[in-house]
Amino acid sequence: MAIGTWLTTERGRAATLVVPPFVYALLLLAIPVGAVILFSFWTQDFMTVDRTFTLDNYREIATTPVYGLLLRRSLFVSGTVTIVTVLLAYPIAYFVSFHVPAHRKSLWLFLITIPFWTSYLIRVFLWKVILGYNGVINSGLQGLGIIDEPLTFILYNVNAVIITLAHAFAPFAILPIFVALEKIDRSLLEASQDLGETRLTTFLRVTLPLSMPGLVAAVLIVFIPTIGDYVTPELMGGAGGKLIANMIQTQFLQLNNAPLGAALALVAMVSVTAISLVFILLNRRWLRGR
Amino acid sequence: MTRPLIHLESIHKYYGDYHALRGIDLDIRPGEFFSLLGPSGCGKTTLLRTIAGFEDVSSGNMFIDGRDMKRVPANQRPTNMVFQSYAIFPHLTVAENVGFGLRRDPRPKAEKAKAVEEALEMVGLRGYGKRAAHALSGGQRQRVALARALILKPKVLLLDEPLSALDKKMREQMQVELIRLQRSVGITFILVTHDQEEALVMSDRIAVMFEGEIGQMADPETLYRRPNSRRVAEFIGKMNILPGHVTEGGPGVTVDVAGLGRAEVATEQAPGGVVAGDTAVGIRPETLAILFEGEETTRRVVEGVVDEVVYYGDMTYYDVRVDGVPEPLNISMKNLIGRPVLDVGTRTRVAWDERSLVVLAR
Repeated sequence: MAIGTWLTTERGRAATLVVPPFVYALLLLAIPVGAVILFSFWTQDFMTVDRTFTLDNYREIATTPVYGLLLRRSLFVSGTVTIVTVLLAYPIAYFVSFHVPAHRKSLWLFLITIPFWTSYLIRVFLWKVILGYNGVINSGLQGLGIIDEPLTFILYNVNAVIITLAHAFAPFAILPIFVALEKIDRSLLEASQDLGETRLTTFLRVTLPLSMPGLVAAVLIVFIPTIGDYVTPELMGGAGGKLIANMIQTQFLQLNNAPLGAALALVAMVSVTAISLVFILLNRRWLRGR
Repeated sequence: MTRPLIHLESIHKYYGDYHALRGIDLDIRPGEFFSLLGPSGCGKTTLLRTIAGFEDVSSGNMFIDGRDMKRVPANQRPTNMVFQSYAIFPHLTVAENVGFGLRRDPRPKAEKAKAVEEALEMVGLRGYGKRAAHALSGGQRQRVALARALILKPKVLLLDEPLSALDKKMREQMQVELIRLQRSVGITFILVTHDQEEALVMSDRIAVMFEGEIGQMADPETLYRRPNSRRVAEFIGKMNILPGHVTEGGPGVTVDVAGLGRAEVATEQAPGGVVAGDTAVGIRPETLAILFEGEETTRRVVEGVVDEVVYYGDMTYYDVRVDGVPEPLNISMKNLIGRPVLDVGTRTRVAWDERSLVVLAR
């Protein structure tokens, strides 16, 4: 009974299929996360890392106000981006699913993914061109005589970060909502109207509850990665628009304090996970309660 | 006749260039079980959906209970529908599904809950209220859909092929239950079906539709015994169609039937009207009879050869080739005691009756 015969059994074949991606995931996900966790309990001692186990990093994060401020600001920005993105994505997904003829739907989805053809960085720079002091919006509005002075609240602050991120994540929100809407049996909508509901009440009683899985997916898909984004706040946020991810990057790369950066990263990760879980649980409860 | 509950006047419906309904005139009486029967694509579902208000009509008038339905949306019509897919809301329980249309009902909550329970009991689903809708079987979904529509006490209940998704046994059971239900609630039912047997079993009256038009509208017996055209005759049950030639004269109609000979028929045996000249003559398989050895008859007799035998247990279906008849005659015989099942190739006599002929308009 060699390994050769075991490989031909049901379990053996399953294992052969699973092992390569499992190893891949282990190398690229579990090990780095493990390393981050480990680092967060060490301390930086000028050029070397002191490997004695300590909670000093967490103590510092808890006692230094700037970290809390950045974390709260990050959660606020991610939360706002999520709400804005999902609110804007829902009508688009609804339109494509319900009003675009079936043979045009794939074309529409294709058009929605066009922003991905250019690099993320270039799109961020394009927003700079649009929102800038002498940018498209300001010179346009000035040319029309609507404003005298260029608007300053649209670049190098939190607003600019929110606008840019909401645009960047729009397709990620549109697609899951679209899929959920596509799965709704259209006769359910007719049934609702047949039973006396208007189009609006049909939407509230049938379409919206049935599209909740897509909405939940969209919220999580937008909320979770935006916490970790540091490119957009770096380029668009100015001094007042820096987020927790920028601080993590600074700790790792500029201040050469990997252990503190690791601890910050973990705190951010745990916060996001906690908020997401609460959101999912609330949502489940709300859906079941109906 | 009492005032019709539903009155349709030359209803036309176009989808772009496609002419889906071509001038439908229809009166449906209160309390009637009415069926729209036809092959797929004949417009029967479109007609039902225009009555429900899901489709606009391109031209024509529609009155329900004396009220003009022009620009009245589906949610304000006194009709409710049982959908082909049942359209049970998957995110709601059975009770919430049944009570869906009661939201605007001013009655207190407890009374509405009681109404839901009563509706469930009426369709035989007592105690199912708390179940999740997505966990129901096909037959149960159908019952929920019925309860959900009937709880609103509509003037008309529209049923879009409600039994087509069920297996044969369940279908036959539901047919009986639907008839019983319709009699007890007294609501007008309009059933769309492509199953002629279902329509015959359940309906007070049937409209047979072809290509956007009503081919014939009558009670089941008239439809079966006196079809007014060849396509109706062929759609409803089995019918032997023979070439014939009408020579007018006398009080009745004289027709030469290929292979069978000259026959005198009453004018009501030509419901589509009589025109002298070539025509088609129909005769049902069960009105023909094989004469087994020793049997005699006063009816007319032709000779033939058994071409095909299909044994069904209670019945045997024969194809008998008769000289002068282009297609073998289809004959169905009850397997009574002492009757043999004939072999292919047997020479036999076939009895037929002038009274069972139908002269079909071309």
